[in-house]
Amino acid sequence: MSASLAAPPVRRPRGREGAFVPVLAVVLALVAVWYAGAYVLNRPQVMDAFARQKVEPDFESLVAATWSMERPVLPAPHQVAAELWKTTVEQRITSKRSLVFHGWITLSSTLVGFAIGTALGILLAVAVVHVKSLEKSLMPWIVASQTIPILAIAPMVVVVLNAVNITGLLPKAVISTYLSFFPVTVGMVKGLRSPEILHLDLMRTFSASAWQTFWKLRLPGSVPFLFTSMKVGVAASLVGAIVAELPTGAVSGLGARLLSGSYYGQTVQIWAALVAASLLAAALVTIVGAIDRLVVRRMGMAR
Amino acid sequence: MRVGGGTMGSMAAAAGGREAVIEIDRLSLTYETNDGPVHALSDIDLSIGRGEFVSLIGPSGCGKTTLLRVIADLEQPTGGAIAVNGVSPRAAREARSYGYVFQAAALYPWRTIARNVALPLEIMGVPKAERERRVADNLALVNLAGFERKYPWQLSGGMQQRASIARALAVEPDLLLMDEPFGALDEIVRDHLNEQLLKLWAKTQKTVVFVTHSIPEAVFLSTRIVVMSPRPGRVTDIVDCSALPRERTLDVRETPEFLAIAHRVRQGLRAGHSYED
Ligand SMILES: Nc1ncnc2c1ncn2[C@@H]1O[C@H](COP(=O)(O)OP(=O)(O)OP(=O)(O)O)[C@@H](O)[C@H]1O
Ligand SMILES: [Mg+2]
Repeated sequence: MSASLAAPPVRRPRGREGAFVPVLAVVLALVAVWYAGAYVLNRPQVMDAFARQKVEPDFESLVAATWSMERPVLPAPHQVAAELWKTTVEQRITSKRSLVFHGWITLSSTLVGFAIGTALGILLAVAVVHVKSLEKSLMPWIVASQTIPILAIAPMVVVVLNAVNITGLLPKAVISTYLSFFPVTVGMVKGLRSPEILHLDLMRTFSASAWQTFWKLRLPGSVPFLFTSMKVGVAASLVGAIVAELPTGAVSGLGARLLSGSYYGQTVQIWAALVAASLLAAALVTIVGAIDRLVVRRMGMAR
Repeated sequence: MRVGGGTMGSMAAAAGGREAVIEIDRLSLTYETNDGPVHALSDIDLSIGRGEFVSLIGPSGCGKTTLLRVIADLEQPTGGAIAVNGVSPRAAREARSYGYVFQAAALYPWRTIARNVALPLEIMGVPKAERERRVADNLALVNLAGFERKYPWQLSGGMQQRASIARALAVEPDLLLMDEPFGALDEIVRDHLNEQLLKLWAKTQKTVVFVTHSIPEAVFLSTRIVVMSPRPGRVTDIVDCSALPRERTLDVRETPEFLAIAHRVRQGLRAGHSYED
């Protein structure tokens, strides 16, 4: 009996396979809208070009032209895809023209900032939950910190840090930290306070110390909350890293690609960088989600 | 010392000259709520001697849980005095002198059954080998051997409650406080656990304070039954069960002595109810 009972029943998360068709439908719809948008937005320029050559274009050549401009207002999906292919697969990843190279630069400061932000968020939450006075004195500042627009302080932080000879990855990581510690703090405070009264009473009957109650009840109880807020935090970290690359004229990173793209009107390059950034964000959130599921199953809480 | 109501004085003496483990004197507890004060306990006098098995019985809301929580130092009385093992409930709690079984199982979902039972032992700093022995022994006692590595959600409600009993027993306390521990179990399992509990009690000389809604359960288990009534929560009768032998089997429930005691408890509960209307 115990042998058959020993294996934890693995129940598949519902809807994973079932979600594929609707997701595909949405993607196809979005691509269709994108093509239509490219046609509408690029049409005036294309019409001008035809007019200069005194040609009366038919609809087909008009469409073909709007979807293959060198500097379109809105590049068509296949142009972006081609640019992505060219700058990832067809470039050595050490090349300055490789998106993988730029993506890695941004990713590394994202990860450093995210790690520091998560640690900071957890520490702040532990402090706020355990020291009564901090709740009133610290929490308002934590909330206020997020009301300052990041675009306003990112350049200042980067410039100030550059002035004291801190350059490269660290200033960007600071911005990532700044954006990611907040969701983690809020989620963790909620998580550390999540144990039921009954579970706390139980600890009291054992005369557990505050430290034991923390390790054996509050911390494990907060794990699901931690991962939920880390998903928000990791996406915010990426945004922070990209934003930190914009104002300083950084030469590498996805932010730099966006910036140089806009200097030279390389809209295809801009859009390729944007798509790369969102794919990166999706990948990061997915990875955090996978670790979440793994940890929760390891802890035996998965149903 | 005892200034309780007319009949109280004689009844409360039934601790039988034994050393008192719990000494409650004119205890009251009033909850301040948004809808005004709730008199959960009023003027309780009770003395429980070492080795006694005392049941608290009464209608829902009469303060049974509250009384147990006061003994366990989970609730502070607003009047009167209480001593546990001769000291304050707080000192008794800090000396880890009781095991508490809650109305709900209160297992931690991220711990296996074995690790849930081991939880108080980890907190008390019991060495690993000793911990494992106590976990195995007490899980066997509540018929949960073989379920060590299951998680709480993989067990039925009744099994979870048995695991929580094993957890309280693992502390090996001299005093057991049990709040309707078998309330959620089916009749057969309940009978079995009643017998087990009685055997354990007879063997180990523990003092047990046991909350129940069931008259047969109370009579079967107890040396004394405290009948309570609500609004305000107070003690209306204390029924002595020494007419029954200390060693009991389930057959005792057919004897005239048993039925007589059950009848008296029922009368006490009725009286409490009519007072209310
Ligand atoms: N924390 C609280 N705050 C306010 N009122 C409370 C609180 N706990 C209990 N009460 C009230 O005190 C009274 C006694 O409650 P208690 O839980 O002790 O009853 P009980 O006898 O255990 O009932 P049951 O048999 O349903 O478990 C009830 O009227 C209840 O509403
Ligand atoms: Mg109760």
